[in-house]
Amino acid sequence: MFDVLTDLLTVLDSTMRLSTPLLLACLAGLFSERAGIFDIGLEGKMLAAAFFSAALAYVTENVWLGLAAGIGASMLLSLLHGVASITFRGNQLISGVAINFLAAGMTVLIAQSWFKQGGRTPALLSGGRFENITLPFADALSVIPIIGPFYKEVVSGHTILVYVALLMVPLTWWVLFRTRFGLRLRAVGEAPEAVDTAGVSVIGMRYSAVIICGVLCGIAGAYMATGLQAGFVKDMTAGRGYIALAALIFAKWRPWYALSSCLLFGFLQAVALRPDLIKGYLGFEVQVQLLDALPYILTVIILAGFVGKAIPPRAGGEPYVKER
Amino acid sequence: MSMMSKILGATAAFALSAGAALAEPALIFDLGGKFDKSFNEAAFNGATRWAEETGGSFREIELQSEAQREQALRRFAEAGANPIVMAGFAFATALDSVAADYPDTKFAIIDMVVDKPNVRSVVFNEHEGSYLVGMMAAQATKSGTVGFIGGMDIPLIRKFACGYVQGVKAVNPSATVIQNMTGTTPAAWNDPLKGSELTKAQIAQGADVVYAAAGGTGVGVLQTAADEGILSIGVDSNQNYMHPGKVLTSMLKRVDNAVYDAFTQGANLETGFNVMGLANGGVGYALDEHNASLVSADMQASVDAAAGQIASGALSVHDYMSDNACPVE
Repeated sequence: MFDVLTDLLTVLDSTMRLSTPLLLACLAGLFSERAGIFDIGLEGKMLAAAFFSAALAYVTENVWLGLAAGIGASMLLSLLHGVASITFRGNQLISGVAINFLAAGMTVLIAQSWFKQGGRTPALLSGGRFENITLPFADALSVIPIIGPFYKEVVSGHTILVYVALLMVPLTWWVLFRTRFGLRLRAVGEAPEAVDTAGVSVIGMRYSAVIICGVLCGIAGAYMATGLQAGFVKDMTAGRGYIALAALIFAKWRPWYALSSCLLFGFLQAVALRPDLIKGYLGFEVQVQLLDALPYILTVIILAGFVGKAIPPRAGGEPYVKER
Repeated sequence: MSMMSKILGATAAFALSAGAALAEPALIFDLGGKFDKSFNEAAFNGATRWAEETGGSFREIELQSEAQREQALRRFAEAGANPIVMAGFAFATALDSVAADYPDTKFAIIDMVVDKPNVRSVVFNEHEGSYLVGMMAAQATKSGTVGFIGGMDIPLIRKFACGYVQGVKAVNPSATVIQNMTGTTPAAWNDPLKGSELTKAQIAQGADVVYAAAGGTGVGVLQTAADEGILSIGVDSNQNYMHPGKVLTSMLKRVDNAVYDAFTQGANLETGFNVMGLANGGVGYALDEHNASLVSADMQASVDAAAGQIASGALSVHDYMSDNACPVE
């Protein structure tokens, strides 16, 4: 009755789509937190980006302009976070919460005033959406057992932003661990006074980190509104920014681990969509609620130190004061 | 001086509002706003229809925050508006405390029961409307498998699901109905991404008609169904226009009729429990130019026949909320 390969491929295909926004937001948080700026405003930034990308894509019928608008909106909120927590040395958590509230209210308000559709954007037509792309040789390779169908069904057939997100992982690793900029960025999060002594601007480094964070959140939001969906719906991020934060802790602030933790969380979400498969293969029913809660449970286990240790950047959450 | 002018202003405003006590009806919209393309807008349409037909006028307010519920109720009651209709279950607590203070004013609350002598509690027989769209789904499907995607897992949504399954099984007892709920928190009402993935998961299991009773999540369901070339069914208001030719029909909850009805009865509003079902035009299915090509004459005839039987009482649809159980899966 059950075809293992087909079932697995559909679940993995779904995993790819569900993991991508998590991965982008997780890497965004990684840049910011590695530089010592905690950011619980990922959710709000994604939401704002989702709205502005959908709005611009609808008005201009050009999805790339939409993407640019999404990134722009997310960067503005990032800068706001930066001004509050870097320049004015405010509390980073409070600023993050404020951004989440601001985005949740602002997007619906503007959507209502522009489009009069109850806080939604109208559905995007084809030019305003990212289309799924078929990777080269997807059909030719599909004759090879296992790898062929896997390549065709799971790897191929997503929007370009999925591949951008996947490429961001090695790129993030390379930037953070193989460039001078990355070394300084990490140092700012561990020992900002040392960076300052070396004559590098702590403020400047932290601002660049939050701006990178804004760009990545912008892509994540645009992917949701113009890649997966065809428009914006109020609160459509539905807590993914917080799951991304959990994934970041789960990944111990490392890029490759971030990839695996986001894929794992995405996989759990994808499995939760198919209670019939769980019952078919395991022989008993698993509560969907349990699967939904698993990312958080796993994160708590990691934080409690049962599996390895999650040590956040040492200067994280603290504004840098040059001279006391 | 400014103090004085304030007092004068307040007195003037009071005098004005007292003068306007001509028992105009009033309508209070919930936080979604008057033009939400759904619940509140339907209420507004009902009120507008009443105003156009009778030439009367009504008072209205759009709430901006949770704290204004009681304030708005009291203001209208003080100003002599009668009846005062509020769109949404969230008014229950505020109304419960206000209703007793204004025994001569009639109130109507939609989608909730408030047990006070001067309150009309309007509830809808969503299971009857869902039964009808279930019958249509069973006739439209080619695979014999149809889907249901609910928003938050609460008894009300199970009521939709249960009515739907009964309708499907009435037409085709061997049909399979795949049921999924989006989540268990209010976020489940606004998660179109998950709605999309659930739709794809149901398609993978063979579903070719999907009924979404999930608020904003349904936007994702309808979108994915249209993208993947299967049919979907909208809910609450007529959503056929969202993807013309791809939405089989919409289960209508005639909030507009409820408001129209209350306004028509005016100050003599009949209080108590008011059930809006098929019999009194409270629920139904949508048929317009966007889905005319999808609904065959046979389909329409069978559904209308069933609607007639339900309305006359010859056919009864089980209400999940009556015993928190559904006779069919």
